[in-house]
Amino acid sequence: MAVLTNPGQSPARLEGWRGIAADWASDQRTFKNVSWGKAMMWIFLLSDTFIFSCFLLSYMTARMSTTVPWPNPSEVFALNLAGRHIPLILIAIMTFILISSSGTMAMAVNFGYRRDRVRTAALMLATAAFGATFVGMQAFEWTKLIMEGVRPWGNPWGAPQFGASFFMITGFHGTHVTIGVIFLIAIARKVLRGDFDVERRGFFTSRKGYYEIVEIMGLYWHFVDLVWVFIFAFFYLW
Amino acid sequence: MTNATVHMEGQLHAPAHGAVATAAVHAKGQQHPIKLYLVVWGWLFVLSTCSYLVDYFGLHGYTRWSLILLFMVLKAGLIVAVFMHMAWERLALAYAILLPPVAVLVFVAIMVLESEYTHLLRVLFFAAPS
Repeated sequence: MAVLTNPGQSPARLEGWRGIAADWASDQRTFKNVSWGKAMMWIFLLSDTFIFSCFLLSYMTARMSTTVPWPNPSEVFALNLAGRHIPLILIAIMTFILISSSGTMAMAVNFGYRRDRVRTAALMLATAAFGATFVGMQAFEWTKLIMEGVRPWGNPWGAPQFGASFFMITGFHGTHVTIGVIFLIAIARKVLRGDFDVERRGFFTSRKGYYEIVEIMGLYWHFVDLVWVFIFAFFYLW
Repeated sequence: MTNATVHMEGQLHAPAHGAVATAAVHAKGQQHPIKLYLVVWGWLFVLSTCSYLVDYFGLHGYTRWSLILLFMVLKAGLIVAVFMHMAWERLALAYAILLPPVAVLVFVAIMVLESEYTHLLRVLFFAAPS
């Protein structure tokens, strides 16, 4: 009632289960201390989770139900480096690159909230560079496999569904990384220009910009890294 | 003050003082010490190395699968909790986002049964005699 009678004051928010019930039952916005932008990014990421889950599930179903042996990813993705045959090394390097990019992104969010314009933009551009490197290595990987005869309908080593699963899953993930790189560069440009210090309005939405967009952007980027954790575990290592 | 601001944000024509306070809320955001991010970053490297070593040493069977799952869950947990700040969000948001993916596990169970059935049929009726 205090909220209705005196808009300047409202009771302290509850924690725990009572807090969940109060937040959802309040006939107001549910996500109390989160802006609409952040909530919508989380809800988008949830929907994206289901998309990637469906891809990984269809891969699981194909692999479990086939009577033909599945190609051994450890061998398929091995590389000869410096005269040595190292299993899965390309994928391991890609994993480390993506994790590094997540680290720089987390730091960018931190410097953004400190209103350190130059460092935020520099870290975001570093993140974008890591992302672009990742996509480049993926292009190399695709080229190598296509040259070796992998197609969505068959491959020289075993179950024909291997190619379809591989191109679909890594292709969709690579698309996400590419979009992330573009998103990063766009936001980094705004940060560097000082848009969020003067709360300049966006050319398309006419809404004021805040440093929070760096965190929202970060959510998307960490999600891309998160998806790779699952792809790495289920497709490459299993 | 913050509560009032949050409520006003939803209105189209917030009073002028509301707009000023909105900026203050946005400026606050999620702030944590840099050291925390560096520690988590280090752990992600260690865990990734561990999961790569599972393949490098050629572990097989349940040892391999359980280790892969363990390192995967730990990495995913660190990324979501710290990098994506879920550990500091209100439970209303955390549960709204983290609970629905549990339904995927039900889907996994259904598809495991389904693929075993398909596999059985293929072995019984279609597989070439060895």
